[in-house]
Amino acid sequence: MNRFADRDGNIETEIQKSLRNIHGGIMNILSIVMRMRTKILAVCFASLLPLFTLTATMAPLHVAAQELNALVWCDHADDKFLQPFEETHNVKVNVKTYEGTGAALSIIEQSSPGDWDVLVVDAPDAPTVAGLGLLQPFDESQLPINDLFPDLTQAPFNYLDGKRYTVPEKFGYYGVAYNKDKVDPEDMKTADVMWNSKYKGRVAVYDYYFPTMQLVAISMGIAPDNITLDDLEVIRERLLAMKPNIKMVGDIVSVQNALVNGDVDIILNAAEFVVSGLMPTLPNLDWNIFEEGGLMWIQGLSIFKDSKNKDLALEFVKYVISPEGQSRLATSECYWAMPSNSKTQLSDAEREILRWEEQPSYLARSVPSTISRPEIDSRMLDIWTEFLQK
Amino acid sequence: MLGISFWQRVYGRLIATWDLANYIKFFSSDYLIDSLTNSLEVTVLTTVISIILAYPLAYILAFKVPKRVQGILLLLSVMPFWTAYVVRSYSWLLVISENGVLNVFLNSLGLIDQPLEMAYSQGATVLGFVHFFTMLITLTIYANLVQIKPSYWKAAADLGAGPVRIFFRITLPLSLPGVVVGAFISFVIAIGDYITPQILGGGTDILLPQAIMLQISRAANFPMASVMAVTLMAVVIIVYAISAKHMKMERV
Repeated sequence: MNRFADRDGNIETEIQKSLRNIHGGIMNILSIVMRMRTKILAVCFASLLPLFTLTATMAPLHVAAQELNALVWCDHADDKFLQPFEETHNVKVNVKTYEGTGAALSIIEQSSPGDWDVLVVDAPDAPTVAGLGLLQPFDESQLPINDLFPDLTQAPFNYLDGKRYTVPEKFGYYGVAYNKDKVDPEDMKTADVMWNSKYKGRVAVYDYYFPTMQLVAISMGIAPDNITLDDLEVIRERLLAMKPNIKMVGDIVSVQNALVNGDVDIILNAAEFVVSGLMPTLPNLDWNIFEEGGLMWIQGLSIFKDSKNKDLALEFVKYVISPEGQSRLATSECYWAMPSNSKTQLSDAEREILRWEEQPSYLARSVPSTISRPEIDSRMLDIWTEFLQK
Repeated sequence: MLGISFWQRVYGRLIATWDLANYIKFFSSDYLIDSLTNSLEVTVLTTVISIILAYPLAYILAFKVPKRVQGILLLLSVMPFWTAYVVRSYSWLLVISENGVLNVFLNSLGLIDQPLEMAYSQGATVLGFVHFFTMLITLTIYANLVQIKPSYWKAAADLGAGPVRIFFRITLPLSLPGVVVGAFISFVIAIGDYITPQILGGGTDILLPQAIMLQISRAANFPMASVMAVTLMAVVIIVYAISAKHMKMERV
């Protein structure tokens, strides 16, 4: 016992010795710095003087009268999108990005009332968020929404108790994205591709459980916006039957990587928002919605009830849904998708990639991916977790 | 967190119900328990492989490499710690994906016709972990090995012990504290890591931290996430108790 105790003592001494060596090294560096501090300070000051001068000169130009705090999806973080609004209104827009309404709610719960001014939300979740007393109803007479697609602006999820709480600003589809060089594009037209044994182990799934199960519902002829608990049990069977084809499940960046790196050839539960931004440089990628029916995702813009800048927030909403704001939002660095404003100006290449001309027919064939009831949502998450584990 | 684990998320609100419903659901649902067993599998495998790789490396560093080179090699050993987790994981993805460096290299040598499927699996997660933790455990074992007094080996040799017997009776027992400390640190970091399995594991056969994130990011179900986090913490405490006991035993 003494022998080991002695050893332990030696270990500590050795560690202390190492720490002393490191400490000694740091002290040596510090002493050198201290000896040369006058020179170092002079060099630093000389280097920074022009910068101080420039900053002092320019500072008045950059003092924003107001700040707008926006809790948004990543497509709202582009400078090219925010700058025109900031310059026009002499404001600074502070953005915090998030993914998933659950994440937004947790951020809001940890914030103080008035911390946030505007919220980008999965539009079908807007009534839930409004029901929590977090959102300010819009005065529709102040909103220039006549040029927005009516399929979006008139959808029920915009409203709670007859009041509008969100404005659809961008939308897209849950369908299929694929590598044209590796798959038969004809196979991609129907939802059967989810179970097509030709693509065993070659499929990725964008990891949002709700629309994935709605797509399964569509393939079975079940209305995706009216799924019952009984329906979920048959949907579960079909979902689990899909597993042999599934190589991976991941967020947007992960499934993009898997497709580009050649680990998968197909991404399910995805469409323009996953591949459109890549298509200008990777023309072998493509996307479409299933013949059985399309499933739409819609992002809405809302104003917080406790916002201290409601007028400015409303101006931001107007900017975002204007043709100018919409064209920038549609082709953001983070992901591309359809602008809600039918008058948005897009280049020919952008129109082709986004299938802009086909939007009226796409919209006619599609239904919004809306969350029905909490017990359905809860059961879906359980089934999804089981799907991931099987 | 412990308190919230007894609450419920009902219609978007947290209700302090103070019941065991979440615990009952977690421990009675195979697919949720699977996340715990997956975590234990990956973490134990990672720790064992890391120790197997780290011990010879530490031994070579301590006894077979000239003193003047040891510093440089130790510096190289800690280099993986200088890279961010996310960057390191994505770097591995670039190496092991089907169009990745490794497949291209093997294909160019004519060793494979079809690319090997390595990415997006538990094996890929273990690989990402092992890369990091081998170096960590190497350091803790090395620190132990260099403390061993040469007089012990000399005495053992004088008494007729061969190199193998000296290693198993003197060197290995005396370096076990370093092994256990390194293994414990690796276990704790690996079992709580979300990034590496999320990027390399492919989102299937998910681990406990991924199951926690699933509950939070989509459903904001903090009570269920808390149950999982409490379970994770309990596992770490148990492993600590075992490790501490083991280390204590070695000292006796």
